[in-house]
Amino acid sequence: MRTFDYVRPATLPEALSALAASPEARALGGGMSLVPALKLRLAAPSALVDLRGIPELRGIRITDDAIVIGATTTHADVAAHPAILDRLPALAALAGGIGDPQVRNCGTIGGVVANNDPSADYPAALLALGASIETSRGSHAADDFFTGMFETALAPGEIVTAIRFPIPKQAAYEKFKSPASRYALVGVFVAVTAGGVRVAVTGAASCVFRAEMIESALGERLAPESLEGLRFSTDGLNADMHADAPFRAHLIGVLARRAVSKLLATGKVN
Amino acid sequence: MNARTGIGASLLRKEDLRFVTGRGNYVADIQRPGMAIGVFVRSPHAHARLLSIDTTAAKAMPGVVGIYTGADLDADGVGGLPCAWPVTGKGNTPSKEPVHPALARGKVRHVGDPVAFVVADTMVQAKNAAEAVVVEYEPLPAVVGVLDALKPGATAVFDDIPDNVCVDWEVGDAAATDAAFAKAAHVARLSLVNNRLVGNPMEPRAAVAEHDPSRGSHTLWTTSQFPHIVKLLMGNFVLHLPQHKIRVVSPDVGGGFGVKQFHYAEEAVVTWAAKKALRPVKWVCERSEGFLSDAHGRDHVTEAELALDERGKFLGLRVRTIANMGGYLSTFGPNIPTNLYGLLLAGVYTTPAIYCEVKAVFTNTLPVDAYRGAGRPEATFVLERIVDVAASEMGIDKAEIRRRNMIPPDAYPYKTPVMMEYDSGDPGGCLDRALAAIDWTGFGKRRAESASRGKLRGIGLTTYIEACGLAPSRIATRLGARGGLFESATVRVHPTGDVTVLMGTHSHGQGHETTCSQIVSERLGIPPENIEVVFGDTDRVQFGLGTYGSRSAAVGGSALAKATDKVIVKGRKIAAHMLEASEEDVTFADGRFSVAGTDLSKTFQDVALMAHYPVDYPLEILEPGLEEQAFYDPVNFTFPCGAHIAEVEIDPETGVVSLVDYVAVDDVGTVINPMIVDGQIVGGIVQGVGQALFEDCVYDESSGQLLSGSFMDYCLPRADQFPQITVQTHVTPCTHNALGVKGCGEVGTIASPATVINAVVDALAHLGVNHVDMPASPNRVWRIINDAGFGQTAK
Ligand SMILES: Cc1cc2nc3c(=O)[nH]c(=O)nc-3n(C[C@H](O)[C@H](O)[C@H](O)COP(=O)(O)OP(=O)(O)OC[C@H]3O[C@@H](n4cnc5c(N)ncnc54)[C@H](O)[C@@H]3O)c2cc1C
Repeated sequence: MRTFDYVRPATLPEALSALAASPEARALGGGMSLVPALKLRLAAPSALVDLRGIPELRGIRITDDAIVIGATTTHADVAAHPAILDRLPALAALAGGIGDPQVRNCGTIGGVVANNDPSADYPAALLALGASIETSRGSHAADDFFTGMFETALAPGEIVTAIRFPIPKQAAYEKFKSPASRYALVGVFVAVTAGGVRVAVTGAASCVFRAEMIESALGERLAPESLEGLRFSTDGLNADMHADAPFRAHLIGVLARRAVSKLLATGKVN
Repeated sequence: MNARTGIGASLLRKEDLRFVTGRGNYVADIQRPGMAIGVFVRSPHAHARLLSIDTTAAKAMPGVVGIYTGADLDADGVGGLPCAWPVTGKGNTPSKEPVHPALARGKVRHVGDPVAFVVADTMVQAKNAAEAVVVEYEPLPAVVGVLDALKPGATAVFDDIPDNVCVDWEVGDAAATDAAFAKAAHVARLSLVNNRLVGNPMEPRAAVAEHDPSRGSHTLWTTSQFPHIVKLLMGNFVLHLPQHKIRVVSPDVGGGFGVKQFHYAEEAVVTWAAKKALRPVKWVCERSEGFLSDAHGRDHVTEAELALDERGKFLGLRVRTIANMGGYLSTFGPNIPTNLYGLLLAGVYTTPAIYCEVKAVFTNTLPVDAYRGAGRPEATFVLERIVDVAASEMGIDKAEIRRRNMIPPDAYPYKTPVMMEYDSGDPGGCLDRALAAIDWTGFGKRRAESASRGKLRGIGLTTYIEACGLAPSRIATRLGARGGLFESATVRVHPTGDVTVLMGTHSHGQGHETTCSQIVSERLGIPPENIEVVFGDTDRVQFGLGTYGSRSAAVGGSALAKATDKVIVKGRKIAAHMLEASEEDVTFADGRFSVAGTDLSKTFQDVALMAHYPVDYPLEILEPGLEEQAFYDPVNFTFPCGAHIAEVEIDPETGVVSLVDYVAVDDVGTVINPMIVDGQIVGGIVQGVGQALFEDCVYDESSGQLLSGSFMDYCLPRADQFPQITVQTHVTPCTHNALGVKGCGEVGTIASPATVINAVVDALAHLGVNHVDMPASPNRVWRIINDAGFGQTAK
């Protein structure tokens, strides 16, 4: 780690001006991705602007048709939230399956979304549920937000303030954990939304993506059988020491089927 | 008292209070006045010519105390890191021992090879300066895999070893083995890989060194399993410092698994730099640096053939192995895939003819050396896998084929065709108990139940024997060891009868403070809380050979037993004087010296006091004081053996293998502390299952970059992946040491990889599978299932 300044502003405007003060300043959420990068000297910010002292960035609000999660809300808080467990259990389960207890107690949803790690879990939920990313400058639709590996539509100095999840009719997430890191080797989020079935895949490629072939098959009939015999292309899929591209392609199908079975078995329709 | 605290008692571990309350004293905890921090600049290339190192800019940076390179070490006459156990190959050719400089000279030979050492006031300053050291490399092609290293025209790791062969070694009788194959009714054949591993003890390595110019002395605190040997190798061969001017201290050490039993470059460089800089210097390895600097384990490619008669009796075994030595020889490198491997290939069977050839080769990877089990897991894997292959091919039950070939209980001592002489053992008894514990015959039902849930279930069995209690010096030196492997123990009795024990072994997780106390408690009849066990400081313990190879109880414990015997001998003399009896009439039991046939007696404490306050003492026949040292050199190895059985379930859709049941019945000789033995066996099994299912040290074949260089990619086993493991012991005492102990530290890692892979193969056998390489990862298992045209359909 190199030396850097640390500031903990109490308001969003203060945070924005701290970030604006130096192009090398970085926002700090839970530090679960940023701090390891600092330790390995892969990142060398001039200052860390800790967002966790800003009260309005933290917390969970439930409206009639949406769940709004403040950017610095931890994974553990999402996993245990009664209203989320009730209205969108797939999201609570996803949050409860991230990393380990230490990571879940520190890591924040805003940090995951801003980081856009290709193997992170939340991006699949945001994309499948058609969430919007509220920021210091306005709002982004999930469909336009995740632009590439560790790349998002955020402008320099833009702060994620909250994520707004429309409550779907039904949803389920299935994750195949990477044996070592336990990030998603492949994760598939299936949601039945007002606009139809949406399916997002994380871990498999350089960035989370929607699986149109699965969406249209499930659009015809929402059943695991609809996915039988579908072959997924290996084009653009990741290959590493844990999984080659054909295995990832195969897992997309397996996990999608399992997610649909789970979604149908829970029987809950919002 | 002895039932509660002596041999056989599950005494809670004395050391745990300090560990679980954060009061351990590890090397990283050590602070010295004026201490500076050192970091190593390491090669990013697997193989490159080292053209120049420019430290000018770095030296000018804030806080820098000194920056040192191989040239500075050369200028001071610092030597290379020695190999302590070379071996002799075919045609009496000794293993090649290329110079292993502490900081690279001329070339770098693996990613992580240290090229410079930067010392500064603070860690941040040292790291900043390290980044400013400019090293000019001319990258060369790298050779990574052992098969590639042997290809004609392969890149030579050392210019003067063009074929990359360190040694071409053999054991056994080639002609007799050929003859056995000529008359075989069936020959089973198998090619396999023993995957490369990273040891990853919980505490990374660390070193702190200090030089006292007024006394010309050096102190090194290091995370070593083997402090006396660090002192000897570093002092005598690397830094040329007199032995009486060096103190090496290994305080609390958080796990070793073999990784910390070698003399490492960092220890010598830190010690040397502390003198050069005239400042105490500390280096603490980071985890990612550990992946690039700790010696690795295993890494064999093997072809094996087993000849059988029509009844499934083994006639002959032929094994050809290529073993990776890495870019330099580590301290014991050549010994591991030869003596500790080939000599174990008889297993528990009566195979009359065995021939094994091992080529140890250099590659552009980290040095490979002993890792928990060291050679013996590899031997067990080859043997127990090919026995299963033969059983499947011949349609013989896996337990039955083992029984048919097992050394009968009355055949011990048993001489194998590969030099070993087993003193005792009852693997058949272990097997019977293991089969009963897992309900071997009821497996069909469990398999059907798993199938009803869409899972493939398999069962796997291993019967094994290993050689530990390293080592009888007489045999070890004949096999190439450049030193004895005896052990020392001192029992220092204080005037009050309290005891300090000084051990030459080293505890780094094994609980020696408890087990050594139990041995003393048992023999001297004093409570464990009156006994302090000291180890790991060359100024306090006169000499010792450390802990590895499951030797601490068998060799160290035997030395301790011998030292307590000497205390009793002297105590009887003192008691005889006090009781005005003749020495022959004085007996010792339960902490009391008594005159036979009378009610006269003195306690151990009375005698201890008399030894230190020698009133009316018969000085002409007795010296005051009560302290005895014993050196013990075993006459043979010890041979733990046993039977392990695993059951796995495979999800055919994803290739995920789940371990669902595991039974281990081991003969570890006399059990000193059942709780500790249980912990050692379970821990060993988990580590071995790690190799079988999860762990894989992977290098990029072309660049030589380490792909599994952090826990993000290197997969250690975790608690949630394990069922309750059933551990039983089935004791036949060792016949040649006083305690009857054999050893329990490595049996788990020796038996479990073969056991689990046998179960995985069993689960897939109906697909025509006869082998699965380790780790049986989801991708690998799915690929096998998929290639067999199975697992496509949803359940
Ligand atoms: C051992 C381990 C296991 C993990 N396993 C998983 C897993 O299984 N699944 C998974 O999804 N993740 C996993 N993670 C990552 C974890 O979820 C992190 O919490 C997440 O990646 C980053 O969130 P954070 O709050 O820690 O962000 P930080 O590390 O603090 O920041 C990450 C990046 O986001 C930026 N940032 C943070 N907050 C904001 C904001 N509000 N607005 C704008 N930019 C912001 C930072 O500047 C930085 O660039 C794991 C992490 C670890 C260490």
